Amino acid sequence: MLYIKCPWCGYRDDAEFHYGGEAHIKRPFDADSLSDEEFSEYLFQKSNTKGLTLERWVHTSGCRRWFNVLRNTVTNEIIEVYPSDQLPSSKAGKEYYENNWRRKSAAESLTTRQVEK
Amino acid sequence: MKKPRSNFGMQGLRSEKEKYSIFSLARNAFTDHENWAQAWKSPEPKTEYDVIIIGGGGHGLATAYYLASQHGMKNVAVIDKGWLGGGNTGRNTTIIRSNYMWDESAGIYEHSLKLWENLSQELNFNTMFSQRGVLTLAHSEHELKEMNRRVEAIRLNGIDSDVLNPAQIKKLVPIININPNLRYPVMGGFIQRRGGTARHDAVAWGYARAADSLGVDIIQNCEVTGFNIKNGKVTGVQTANGPIKAGKVGCVVAGHAGVLAGLAGFRLPIDSRPLQALVSEPIKPILDTVIMSNSVHMYVSQSDKGEMVFGAGADSYNSYAQKGSLNIIEGMLAAAVELFPVFSRLRMLRSWGGIVDTCPDASPIISKTPIDNLYFNCGWGTGGFKATPGSGHVFADLIARNEPNSITAPFTLNRFVDGYLIDEHGAAGVAH
Repeated sequence: MLYIKCPWCGYRDDAEFHYGGEAHIKRPFDADSLSDEEFSEYLFQKSNTKGLTLERWVHTSGCRRWFNVLRNTVTNEIIEVYPSDQLPSSKAGKEYYENNWRRKSAAESLTTRQVEK
Repeated sequence: MKKPRSNFGMQGLRSEKEKYSIFSLARNAFTDHENWAQAWKSPEPKTEYDVIIIGGGGHGLATAYYLASQHGMKNVAVIDKGWLGGGNTGRNTTIIRSNYMWDESAGIYEHSLKLWENLSQELNFNTMFSQRGVLTLAHSEHELKEMNRRVEAIRLNGIDSDVLNPAQIKKLVPIININPNLRYPVMGGFIQRRGGTARHDAVAWGYARAADSLGVDIIQNCEVTGFNIKNGKVTGVQTANGPIKAGKVGCVVAGHAGVLAGLAGFRLPIDSRPLQALVSEPIKPILDTVIMSNSVHMYVSQSDKGEMVFGAGADSYNSYAQKGSLNIIEGMLAAAVELFPVFSRLRMLRSWGGIVDTCPDASPIISKTPIDNLYFNCGWGTGGFKATPGSGHVFADLIARNEPNSITAPFTLNRFVDGYLIDEHGAAGVAH
């Protein structure tokens, strides 16, 4: 059992939550310009790390709000809980975020590129 | 072939492999069963193999066995970081069936079921394969209609499947509760009578023994820590016991597939999640069919020892911890007690979790990879045990010929790029 600290409701059993999968997957604006391989990276490929991972949770049976969690998938230790529109603030969380392969993926580079009409 | 070494100090241990039979059993009874030969040896790894299989579960051992028996490749090693069958092979609920809706799935799972039917004879090892029938329940009008549609599709592929009404189910399984006032009443079900169960450990041991007798080296407690890759081609593996060269490498490691793909420098569309099961104290024979329910997430069968074996649904979150959350087990047991009120006094002896490798389309990946001569067999998710013989058989074929056959072709890794998914999520149900 995971014991998750909802930022608004405090510590609750994981039965109250729903898992939202990997955090910080940005949808590319101009997906047509991606190749099939690049779009597949965005749509299907998973980090699925053994060890630290950044993930999304929603407190379904409580406040129904989304938030992000830094968790160790081997020990189930939860290291950091932070709002879903922000980046992790702990050192381990920042390192994981910056070194994740998605930062260099074609799909993510499109989220920041200017879309010309 | 090198003779098996070490007899662990036992005198008179025969080094030749002896055929298991009623006669060998009787002969060994005279010596209090102390002189059975080792089922497989545990050699030191050689410096080079034609093929290295990473993962000593049922699938990996089956692959090695078929490489040796079907393709004449005898210079093969199976490497495992723990002991044989210590992962999901020894953690599943041993359900075997082939009643999948899509043609591609029917191809691989029916191929597997046909191999199961003769496996004990082929391996000279009693896998205790029991075709006791697998009954899947429907709990709503909609599910029943969908089930009828699925049964027709399955039968078109020549796979046996029959729809049963609640009265027929009650006749087959007298302890089931078909009261229409249940929260999730039994509206009907469909049965594959050729489905059933097998002894999971025996499958790993039988394949290990048969592969060993064909010259395959089985190396336990030796973790693979990296791949040697030269010009986009794998040339060997790094292990805890040093490097081993290999012409080809097959990777069959279930939950850790993503970790090994990472070591080889590519990614997989796989999430690793805990799947839990539990067993009760042994009781007198009470259930001679496998019962599954996808909508209330419960499956149950009775082992030959008399324990009731329960399977639950997978946890929602990614984990490598081989344990899951209690609420999953509570939900499953609530459903079990509602369907089988007689179970309410059963005491559970133990529960455990295994890490399953789930794919976005709930179908496996049996494929070449971006690295030449490196092959992956993974993504079986919650339902890999039933496929053990078939998976090993076709994976050996892929490795030996370096090209997919008609069964493996649809299960390529490339389907996540070209979009030809084999979506068994709705078709096979979440329970496997």
